[in-house]
Amino acid sequence: MRGSHNDLRRRRSGGIASGRVGASRRGGAARLQWLVPRNRDARVAVLGSSVQRSAAYGQSTARSRAVKRRVVVVGLVVAALALLTVSFRSTALDPVEGYAATALRPFEIAANRVARPFRDGSSWVQDLFNAKAENRTLRAANERLRQQLAALAGNAQENAALNQLVHYIHSPSFPGGYGEVAAQALTSPTELDQSVTISAGSNNGVQDEDVVVTAQGLVGIVNEVFPTEARVMLITNPGIGVRAVDETNPAAIGTLDHGVGSDSLILDQIGDDLRVNSDDTIVTAGSPTGAGAKFPSLYPRDIPIGYVSSVGQSDTDVYKDIQVQPFVDLSSLETVLVLIPKKGHHAK
Amino acid sequence: MISDGLKAALLLFVAVLVQISFASAYAPLGGSADVVLVVLIAVALLRGSIFGALAGFGTGLLLDTANLGVLGFTSLLLTLAGFWIGRYGETTAGDRFHAPFTSIGIITVLYGLGSLALSFVLGEPVPANAILSGLPATVLLNLILAWPVYRGVRRLFPPTQLSDRVHDVRLLV
Repeated sequence: MRGSHNDLRRRRSGGIASGRVGASRRGGAARLQWLVPRNRDARVAVLGSSVQRSAAYGQSTARSRAVKRRVVVVGLVVAALALLTVSFRSTALDPVEGYAATALRPFEIAANRVARPFRDGSSWVQDLFNAKAENRTLRAANERLRQQLAALAGNAQENAALNQLVHYIHSPSFPGGYGEVAAQALTSPTELDQSVTISAGSNNGVQDEDVVVTAQGLVGIVNEVFPTEARVMLITNPGIGVRAVDETNPAAIGTLDHGVGSDSLILDQIGDDLRVNSDDTIVTAGSPTGAGAKFPSLYPRDIPIGYVSSVGQSDTDVYKDIQVQPFVDLSSLETVLVLIPKKGHHAK
Repeated sequence: MISDGLKAALLLFVAVLVQISFASAYAPLGGSADVVLVVLIAVALLRGSIFGALAGFGTGLLLDTANLGVLGFTSLLLTLAGFWIGRYGETTAGDRFHAPFTSIGIITVLYGLGSLALSFVLGEPVPANAILSGLPATVLLNLILAWPVYRGVRRLFPPTQLSDRVHDVRLLV
């Protein structure tokens, strides 16, 4: 084919170059070559010959290939569209497709068997990567659940404490003539400062010198009030004095004072002649009667304070040395009740 | 030509089996490799437009049959893909190194979009979001397959002088 092109070129160039025409004519013919069809010689066109030269072989082949190409692609596209239409609109081709699929099935099964080890291998690798990602996710979920569990445990503890308070409020041992305000202890006492801050203040009806208790017993007294918070002086604070009595011996009335340690108390001013035993329960004594009535106690009577942990007595001292252990764990207070005196009520 | 036809038929048949038994099930990055498309493009690049169109039509028919899909659906897309890439191979692709990569990248995207468009025309429900989001991964996997597959197919189908290839133009003064 390339040879035929060369022959044609040679013939064309020879025809023009060897012609007995001047340079200007040659140039004119060359220019005319662009104006006439490819299968006609420019010189012939100028001479006006009606005889058309036959097309070159290469050009004919190329054209026929182009036509063939178009026919094939158009035919295939039309066939595909026809198949698509018939297959989509009717079930006419379903049996054919079914037979073809049946014929293909053995090959598919064989291919599946061959591919299975590779597929399993890739699944194993994929699972390995997934397992690592899954491990990370599960660790995060575990951490989240642990935090939730801790929160739930805290809630359960708080719930139990609140339940105890509710029982205490409705029990006969709750001081009469008092309302109550529940509050959270926001701080913890230190060695130097035996007091805590609670989450209730004057907005909640809390006032100075209100008594603070838990279901276990006496906590202290409010000594500073803010709108939403209040400061509570604990019974272990050196600045506090509580009139207390041995529950088993009502005659053994004394004053509760701070002990040697931050969480210990002393029941003072109990005469040597009075009987006080270890493990006796100490409760608030309330206001004195008779001559001392003009100095009423701030604390209602019969609020548990603690138990007698040791009783000592010396020949030289007129009072017993009584150590009292508070019922309330003052170092880890959570929820407390502030006793609000009802109108016209005074501690007895 | 007949020998090439037989070789192509066998090769594409194996490619279809590999596709339906393994490649389709493996989607590491959200998209799966299209082995059939890669092989078809390689064959079309090396054997021209008519061969590519015929191979595409037959392969599409085989895939539709194997998947029990709508006959003619894949045939139409693969016929056009084979023809177009075959024409590219006949004209400008030549022995250029990037030809298989360019062809596979472009045709993979067009094939995905064409499938969506055709499904839309037929009124078939197609998860367009899933297909489009998996398209980059499919392109990447096809491009990874491109070089080894093209090398293998080139061994089976050594390049011939394509008559319609456009040669370099030389200006003779």
